[in-house]
Amino acid sequence: MVQDSYPESEDVVRVGLFVTCLVDAMRPAIGFAAITLLEAARSRVEVPLQQTCCGQPALNSGDLAGTRQLAQRTIALLEPFQYVVVPSGSCAATIRIHYPDLFQDDPPWRARAQALAARTYELLSFLVDIRAWSPKQVALRACATYHDSCSGLRELGIEAQPRKLLASVEGLSLRPLAGNTSCCGFGGTFCVKYAAISNAIVEEKARSIEATGAELLLGGDLGCLMNMAGKLHRRGSSIRAFHAAEILAGMGGGPAIGEAM
Amino acid sequence: MSAVGERLTFKARVRVALADPVLKVAIDRTTGNARTKRAAAIAAWPGFSAARDLGRDIKDHVIAHLDHYLIQFERNAKASGAKIHWACTGPEACDIVVGICRKAGARTVTRSKSMLGEEIGLPHALQEAGIERIETDLAEHIIQLAGDPPSHIVWPALHKTREQVAALFRDHHHNPGTLATIEAMVASARRELRGRFLTADVGISGANFLIADTGAVCTVTNEGNAELTTTPPRVHIVTAGIEKLVPSTAHAMVMLRLLVRSATGAELTQYTTFHCGPKRPGDLDGPAEFHIVLVDGGRTRMLAEGLAEMLRCIRCGACLNHCVVYRQIGGHAYGSTYPGPMGSVLTPMLEGLPRSKDLPHACTLNGQCQEVCPVAIPLPTLLRGWRDRLWRLGLESVSVRQGFALWRFLALRPALYRQASGLAVRMMSWFARDGWIARMPLASGWTRYRDLPRPPGRTFIAQYRRRMRRP
Repeated sequence: MVQDSYPESEDVVRVGLFVTCLVDAMRPAIGFAAITLLEAARSRVEVPLQQTCCGQPALNSGDLAGTRQLAQRTIALLEPFQYVVVPSGSCAATIRIHYPDLFQDDPPWRARAQALAARTYELLSFLVDIRAWSPKQVALRACATYHDSCSGLRELGIEAQPRKLLASVEGLSLRPLAGNTSCCGFGGTFCVKYAAISNAIVEEKARSIEATGAELLLGGDLGCLMNMAGKLHRRGSSIRAFHAAEILAGMGGGPAIGEAM
Repeated sequence: MSAVGERLTFKARVRVALADPVLKVAIDRTTGNARTKRAAAIAAWPGFSAARDLGRDIKDHVIAHLDHYLIQFERNAKASGAKIHWACTGPEACDIVVGICRKAGARTVTRSKSMLGEEIGLPHALQEAGIERIETDLAEHIIQLAGDPPSHIVWPALHKTREQVAALFRDHHHNPGTLATIEAMVASARRELRGRFLTADVGISGANFLIADTGAVCTVTNEGNAELTTTPPRVHIVTAGIEKLVPSTAHAMVMLRLLVRSATGAELTQYTTFHCGPKRPGDLDGPAEFHIVLVDGGRTRMLAEGLAEMLRCIRCGACLNHCVVYRQIGGHAYGSTYPGPMGSVLTPMLEGLPRSKDLPHACTLNGQCQEVCPVAIPLPTLLRGWRDRLWRLGLESVSVRQGFALWRFLALRPALYRQASGLAVRMMSWFARDGWIARMPLASGWTRYRDLPRPPGRTFIAQYRRRMRRP
């Protein structure tokens, strides 16, 4: 997948792809979609094979010492790259927003964390804001709705970028989702720690998604998408869920989340 | 909290709340209305963002100079004829209030809504002292009749539908009338309360702002009950947290604009009252004695222990109205005076972390509370702070700690991690049918309520390595 055929020019950037532990285990297709998109957006993509998890579950559970250990190895792994791109708002926000905060009492690591944070982007916003890229000749005849995952929306300000990209997909129409700035109830470990509350929240979200009449549910974070898709499937809904990157990479004809390969 | 609610665990209270469809209707009606109106009010106010920064700065300034403004407030309030009392703790504050009531020979007190009164346990203290308490705020009147604690800091009776309120009034009011409309219900409450206002011995109210340079106490209400509570009785007692200070009336105006729009979406409440001292010679009305009880109740500890930002809170309730968790479980499930995001930050400080360790975790960290907060309190960051403290104090369960230790051990060792995750995704696929896992050991928290998509047999890294080997 790594393309070495780019002419050396200033316009090609060197990107380290951090796929996230969830994409690695649960939906590799998103990682491959990210590679396709980044290469189309004139990036030389490398996947550091030693990557595991950014530490977000430990961070959100209060285990800051454990998070620091994971952050240090992730920083060391990713800092050689010109840019680091992550196909998830919440994992990108962990590196961009929370890593520097973890090392307030450790100036050398804080400097390294800040340097990495400044070069780390969520995939869809990277394509639009840094690469000024939009998809060409991607078509999908479908009606979709989009869920803005909270970390991307509020910590990174990602709202316009996915819509701008999806608007360039021929035949795809986006329907507004009522309450789209409201959390889906995933919240990482929250969804199993307080499963009954999480269920009540995602039940309400699933009803809003169904009420749009859309055939597809799109989003930028696999955790939230799995939560909503899993609820929709349990409810017997036929709405299919994809990461927006998969649609943009022309993989919308393939199996949706939870569909047999 | 009621005696029953007190004994239940957080999860048990949540179960009770989630099983109550009428509660959900009540929550959706009031919070939905509040969200819509707030959004419209903010959209119509181009200066909101600047006012929010200013409001934050005013509160931060006062909190950083509490000593200065408290002394200034005391001096000016005394000069206006008020008596100032200082209370370190809630019980101390209650003793002071009960003492004033006893000295006044009070048999009945009217009270207008004050969350601080709830926080320090004043209703209970008055009852213990044998003093009849008449709640005059309509919602407080409703929950007094029902024997419930408040479930929201702005709408204490939010958990009751209007249908339930009508039934309650029919049972308790002397002359309920038709109760067919909200107006008829309000009229019934007015008939019930009007006489009580005029015969009460003491009126007790709270404070939205304590104004340092005049010594005045500002309250906002929509029903006029606060004015009727504080004017006719011979004695008026204000109970207020020390964080309610603002330097001047002009500063109070900034905070008022933020407070009212964030709480109800209105530009101003029906009544904005400034109480300054007792009745003076020549005044037509007003209390002969005016007492202000200034309560610390953990606030200086918050200042010392990294929660200074929480002292900005002006109790508007916007974080509750926008919280996905509050909107499902309502206020009582939290089991504390203050529910919702602001409550989950305050309660561990007020009631102790071991007793309230569920609350900081009962949040998805989605950040909407911080976004709507009119004084920009970083509520998710403060909740993370409690999670950090819970972890360091070893208050997390052994199974959670062991699970994290194992996961971290693997995540720090990529080769082992690859083997473990490869094995896990293969095992998961054994439980799948048609792409979905409906039930699986160790995943019941997920699969009880939703299906889990089947992972492909190989991880991304494994597939990527293969592709790299075969160009």
